[in-house]
Amino acid sequence: MKKLTYSKAIGEAVHEEMVRDKNVYLMGEDVGVMGNVFGCFIGFRDEFGPERVIDTPISEEGFTSISVAAAMRGLRPVVELMYNDFITVCADPIFNQAAKTRYMTGGQVQVPMVLRLPMGSGRRNAGHHSQSLEALFCHFPGLKVIAPGTPDDAKGMLKAAIRDNDPVMVMEHKLLYAKKGMVSEDEDYIIPLGKANVTREGNDVTIIAWSREARFAEEAADTLSGEGISAEVLDLRSLVPLDWDAIVQSVSKTHNVVIVSEETKRGSYAGEISAQINEDLYDELDSPVLRVCAPNIVSPFSPVLEDLNFAHPADIVQAVKTVLNK
Amino acid sequence: MAENKYSNEQLMGFYRTMVRIRAFEQHAADCFMKGMLAGNIHLSIGQEAAEAGAFAALGKQDYFCTTHRGHGHAIARGADPKRAMAELFGKATGYCAGKGGSMHITDIEGLGALGANGIVGAGQGISTGSAFASKYLKDGAVTMGCFGDGSTNQGIFHECLNMAATWKLPLVWFIENNQYAVSTEIHRTTNTPTLSERAKAYDAEGITVDGTDVLLVYETVKNAIEYARSGKGPYIVEARVYRYQGHYCGDPANYRPKEYMEDALKKDPIEQFGNKLLNEYGFKQEDLDKVKADADAEMDEAVKFADESPYPDPDTLLTDVYADDNERCVAR
Repeated sequence: MKKLTYSKAIGEAVHEEMVRDKNVYLMGEDVGVMGNVFGCFIGFRDEFGPERVIDTPISEEGFTSISVAAAMRGLRPVVELMYNDFITVCADPIFNQAAKTRYMTGGQVQVPMVLRLPMGSGRRNAGHHSQSLEALFCHFPGLKVIAPGTPDDAKGMLKAAIRDNDPVMVMEHKLLYAKKGMVSEDEDYIIPLGKANVTREGNDVTIIAWSREARFAEEAADTLSGEGISAEVLDLRSLVPLDWDAIVQSVSKTHNVVIVSEETKRGSYAGEISAQINEDLYDELDSPVLRVCAPNIVSPFSPVLEDLNFAHPADIVQAVKTVLNK
Repeated sequence: MAENKYSNEQLMGFYRTMVRIRAFEQHAADCFMKGMLAGNIHLSIGQEAAEAGAFAALGKQDYFCTTHRGHGHAIARGADPKRAMAELFGKATGYCAGKGGSMHITDIEGLGALGANGIVGAGQGISTGSAFASKYLKDGAVTMGCFGDGSTNQGIFHECLNMAATWKLPLVWFIENNQYAVSTEIHRTTNTPTLSERAKAYDAEGITVDGTDVLLVYETVKNAIEYARSGKGPYIVEARVYRYQGHYCGDPANYRPKEYMEDALKKDPIEQFGNKLLNEYGFKQEDLDKVKADADAEMDEAVKFADESPYPDPDTLLTDVYADDNERCVAR
């Protein structure tokens, strides 16, 4: 193990997979000469050449579509949108082509493509660069969606995504890139997609979260522990496939659930998980499932307003107390 | 007698492909009107010369993609009419096991067919990506993206042509301009006299030809494919054609002036080339009649096969969504 930032862990994952498999290439805006706007791939273009580390024009629909077809032909593209918000200008290649090709061809053709999607609030970038669009991606059958929240998860899950034979959407919170953590150095270190992680064990309540909010949930759990409340934190890490077994196990123990995400509350994936728990685990619940999400507004610019637009640890603490009637 | 540039076998091959496309389409239309097919079908009747000519120029190792009006391309490429017709019928024996239908015949390994597409313009990206893959893999293949005039006003046309030209991708875009995007005549929405001249803006090549002349299309596309294969970048071939039916089978096409079909029938590609075979190349009427009879018999068989094939097993409803369609992926 060694200490790395989240962005360097991403770089290591891609680097190792590019060394391992010559069909893996990197494509996107400013990934080459600049090495990506968050510094993930500095030096890659010199090492692997411009044929495998490809700076694109600002043509998101074009280059995502090119990579869908390249994946259909057997390559393993690692593509990035500079911000997940830009999915709006390349929706067709992802939602109608990558997601549907296997099914619509009767299983003949696969699209082993990775799309990296920096997301999240807190960088004072306003409504076009701050969204958390997990629900949008999770809505489309055929896509896998992951949201690693630590450097180690970022590396192990991205490597799994690159080796996966389905299109995998990788949601990366922008305020995690500079965070450091211990990361495995094993070149075959893989965290299988669809495995949640219990990062705090507890008995009174399950806090389900992912990405940056999972770290906030841990802070909340630590605070609650000082007040005699034992909170379990389930970092989902993978949204599709969903580790339902882990949810069943935790909810059957705590009987109380808070789901935390940065998404706009209406139509959120947090709401989807809540619905599944209500449908299938109703008998286990001592109180209604509570969601802590962003209000149904546009991400605001002003720091004073933006800080009110996502859940802080104190908000999670409050939600847990509400659920537990304390 | 015309100059002996082509063997008799080649000449008859062009004719046979055109007649087989029309026979397939007429059989499909017949089934559709009888209520044997679900959904919609979009027919290539009238566009056979363009399709037969272009696909004769495409090498075995090459790739192509097509559109909602894609039956003709599949037949021209050598698809099995039985499996193609079965896909139109939504049967388990179809190319996509009944999960794609008329607009989605795909067979990458067998035919280099990257798929038809229900999204107008999507094939521009798919064909460019396949050409990118060929350059990356250095496999020497060219990809021919086939689409209609209507799709050329999508934004992806610009994005992909720019990248293909900048990266010198082995790509040919074959545009069958039948002049109508559903009901909208192309020049009501497009400022340039031809669609191929847009290539100039990207320092790429482009040419517009009479798409009712099978030999002219063949020679033009052959040249374009050689150009693309040599590493010079993309080439646009625009073939001017007529779409005999409306947008879909059963569309009365009242939005077109009656002169459209009058002009079309004067230049019917099969009749035009049939006359050439008789008058310039020494073929006999019975040679042509036999091609027609064989094609009709072949397509009768295809319909029978499709009609008698089983529907997909209901258990396949939840398969082919993911590589591993487990409970956590599909049910959750």
